[in-house]
Amino acid sequence: MAQDNERARSQSSAPDVAYRDDPRDFAGKIAIFQYLTVLVFVFLVSGFWQLQVQDPERYVEAAERNRIKSTPLLAARGKILDRDGRVIVDNHTSYSLLLNRDQIKWEHLPAIGAALQLDYDDLKTAIRRNTRPQIIIKDQLSRDDIAWIEAHQDESAYPEMQLIQSWRRQYPQNGFAAHVTGYVGEISENDLNLPQFSEYHQGDIVGKDGLEKQYDKTLRGVDGQQRVQVDNFGHERQMETTQPAVSGTDLKTTLDLDLQAVAELAMQGKRGGVVALDPRNGEVLAMMSSPSFDPNKFTGRISRKDWNEIMTDPYKPLLNRAIQAEFAPGSTFKPIVALAGLESGTIDDETTFHCTGAASFYGNTYHCWQHHGHGIISLHRALRESCDVFFYNVANKMGIDRLAEYADIAGIGHKTGIDLPNERESTMPSTKWKERLSRQKWYAGETISVGIGQGAVTVSPLELAAALGGIANRGKWMQPHLVADTKPVLSRTGHFNRDNIEKVISGMYAVVNEPGGTGHNAALPGINVCGKTGTAQLASNKFLKGTSAGRNMKDNAWFLAYAPQEAPEIIVVALFENGEHGPNASWIVRDVMKAYFDKKERKSKGLELLTETQDHLTATTLVPSHFVEATPQR
Amino acid sequence: MGIRSIKELDWPLIIVTLILSGLGIIQVYSATSGTKWDGAWQKQIIWVITGLIMMWGIAVIGYQSLMGKVLYLYAVVIGLLFATTLIGNKVFGSTRWIRIGGFTLQPSEFVKIVLILAIARYLVEFVRPGTTLTWGDIGKLGIVVGFPMVLVMKQPDLGTSLTYIPIFVAGILMAGLRWKQILILSLVLAVTLPIGYNLLKPYQRDRLVSFKYPERDPKGTGFQVIQSRIAVGNGGMWGRGAKDSSQTHLGFLPVPHTDFIFSSFAEEHGFVGIVIALVLYFLLIMQVVQNAQTANDRAGLYVCMGVAALLLFHVLVNVGMVVGKMPITGIPLPLMSSGGSNTWSIFLMLGLVNGVRLRRFVN
Repeated sequence: MAQDNERARSQSSAPDVAYRDDPRDFAGKIAIFQYLTVLVFVFLVSGFWQLQVQDPERYVEAAERNRIKSTPLLAARGKILDRDGRVIVDNHTSYSLLLNRDQIKWEHLPAIGAALQLDYDDLKTAIRRNTRPQIIIKDQLSRDDIAWIEAHQDESAYPEMQLIQSWRRQYPQNGFAAHVTGYVGEISENDLNLPQFSEYHQGDIVGKDGLEKQYDKTLRGVDGQQRVQVDNFGHERQMETTQPAVSGTDLKTTLDLDLQAVAELAMQGKRGGVVALDPRNGEVLAMMSSPSFDPNKFTGRISRKDWNEIMTDPYKPLLNRAIQAEFAPGSTFKPIVALAGLESGTIDDETTFHCTGAASFYGNTYHCWQHHGHGIISLHRALRESCDVFFYNVANKMGIDRLAEYADIAGIGHKTGIDLPNERESTMPSTKWKERLSRQKWYAGETISVGIGQGAVTVSPLELAAALGGIANRGKWMQPHLVADTKPVLSRTGHFNRDNIEKVISGMYAVVNEPGGTGHNAALPGINVCGKTGTAQLASNKFLKGTSAGRNMKDNAWFLAYAPQEAPEIIVVALFENGEHGPNASWIVRDVMKAYFDKKERKSKGLELLTETQDHLTATTLVPSHFVEATPQR
Repeated sequence: MGIRSIKELDWPLIIVTLILSGLGIIQVYSATSGTKWDGAWQKQIIWVITGLIMMWGIAVIGYQSLMGKVLYLYAVVIGLLFATTLIGNKVFGSTRWIRIGGFTLQPSEFVKIVLILAIARYLVEFVRPGTTLTWGDIGKLGIVVGFPMVLVMKQPDLGTSLTYIPIFVAGILMAGLRWKQILILSLVLAVTLPIGYNLLKPYQRDRLVSFKYPERDPKGTGFQVIQSRIAVGNGGMWGRGAKDSSQTHLGFLPVPHTDFIFSSFAEEHGFVGIVIALVLYFLLIMQVVQNAQTANDRAGLYVCMGVAALLLFHVLVNVGMVVGKMPITGIPLPLMSSGGSNTWSIFLMLGLVNGVRLRRFVN
């Protein structure tokens, strides 16, 4: 080693031959190393440039996501109230399970799915499609679910699980007012792609029908967030700002639960719809459709069995007959024909026709419901006794287009524009209408049936209530609406001769109050009720005529009434499908109307109302128990 | 060569070194306060001060006399590596440390210094000036470097063993190779790399490739890569400061005081801070290279270039890992990462460089 040392020393102590011989040799290599060093540093600085200067937002957000564990605070939906502030649709608390996206391990999903009865594939797609950091995978957890989650949400099992408090929508039982309230459900894939749902996210609960849908933006709240700073091990370090949830706005409706309850009771076991309006301002006091459905079944994930049951029901319980059932109005259309006749100068109150129980027009015989005839008859009695021959003649004389002109003012042929989704349009035939529809000419013979509300003319209960309500309101048609405290909207005004309107109204008064009238059932002591019956043939439909189905199908019963005669405050329309005779529907109308005036009287006397107006009362408490427990109606 | 030699030391180099060490101590303090590593900064101060003394000592002893005893030194470090295998402390599944008195020492760190000296000695002694290396020379040097490399790789400590390569490469390139040799060596490397890769343990393989696709396993091997990148990006232009550096302080950065100290530094001081730090590293390396240029003999030049290459490799691999451009190999950042053996080893190398400075060629 000493020798080695010696050699090394001699090497270095002697003038360095190599260094002297070719200094450029090393100089070049050192220069290359220096350039290489510059390159390395440029490379490293560029790396920081990319992360810190070019795109820092991404990483700042990522750091934020790391450090903040945010738990959604779900906002309660606004309640739906009746006109007195009584709760129709309420919320009650429940629990939901969410998964924190950052912590999701795919191998955990089968076990979580199995424990909570969720389909593994559904779960996978739900997580893939959802873009939020937290995904709610099950609502309305059962006691067992919660117990299982609490036992398994720790670090060692499935730390991605988190229980949060949520709200469950609570609707009245047994489909009470279900068609008006509608229901909520998870937003569908299709809806998410629509522009009007741009603010919504996967998994959001939205109104699917009825007021829930129409006023979704009002009712839905703004979810808040609770933010906690956590470290890498999930330990909570400190609370950050909490953004509280903002509940949705309560929706006060024009509905009167008392009237609604009476209407629901009266229609029990029947099919059809009932509408009660205040003709002065268009407020809907009651609206029901039967058969109904239980919206509570829709609030979470509806079971396949329940869904199929509802969808395959031949009587279509989801259909809101009050605004979607388009049927011939039958004789309830006659006041409109009468007004058109008077206004157009076709008839006056002296004009008479001879009813022999039938009449012949254009080679066809048209019958009156009164087979032995009404004899010589003028307007007042024709309305009172609902003489078909009289109105055949009026319509024939007037012609379809002049009739259509006045029906149009009454709103027949239009939607009412009520604040509910999916209203159907009524139909008023005319020459132009037929031309547009089938490119065929109108035959004068077709006018005859329209004169008694048959043929192509169709209305929904709401459209009929609005049309006759306008007449009752002396020629001012108000747009029906369901939300309280909104300014009434005038749809149309008919600049009619006041006398002519009074003549029609007087005829309708006679229907209920004079001997020979068809609507005696609806009479209320001390109140001048005006009404009109209607028995609308389904068999007059040309598709059904002559078929066994047509023969077996009983006529629809209609009844409408408003009161008091001098200044109507309420108009009620009932459609009783296959009710055979108009008078069969009159009981329903009478019950609702009586409830209205009873309530008014009690109020004026300062007596207690039928039901207390306390917030905690839900609609179900109003409905007599036998109704609540009744089996679903067909 | 007495106390007066202090004046003759490379003071620009020492000043840059002290600034970087200071930044390191402050960063260690900031990154570990309130964690289980609390107090690491105090130890680091001790490592730096003792390191400075060692540096001076080595400078005074001189690289030439150390080169003269390189066979003993080589035998000692190889012996320590074997001892580590036999009686070392197992930490994180790897046996790298050996207990000597109250300290734990990482012998593989000191292998670097011995290899620098051994290569310089060989090149000066067996390679005639003005000639290029023969295959025999390359082979012998390969064995000198390869033997400890294999031992360290077996610990297993892939990162540290890889740091021996730049010492070897710098040595043979500075001594001189023919283009043909460079070509053949590149080809051999191209063939052996995939084989070597397959010989690695699976976790090492995962770590090597995860920097490219960290998202594939964000909770496993990709975690450190992702979290380091987030920390760096979170720093932005001006940095978050010591209080708001959430990645560092909430434990998302793995080992924020050792291998990932530069992530933590980047989060707290931003782009501006890292540019300053990288400029300091650049000056450090350039100053070492300057000492190579003014060395009094070939041996001094080889020593300085070996140190320069090693420092460049450390900075490239560690900082490259921090920005997600290099695999995670677990090698520390010179002067800033806390740790005794690593700090001492760097100061010892800088002592060699200062020794060259003390004996520099003066015209």
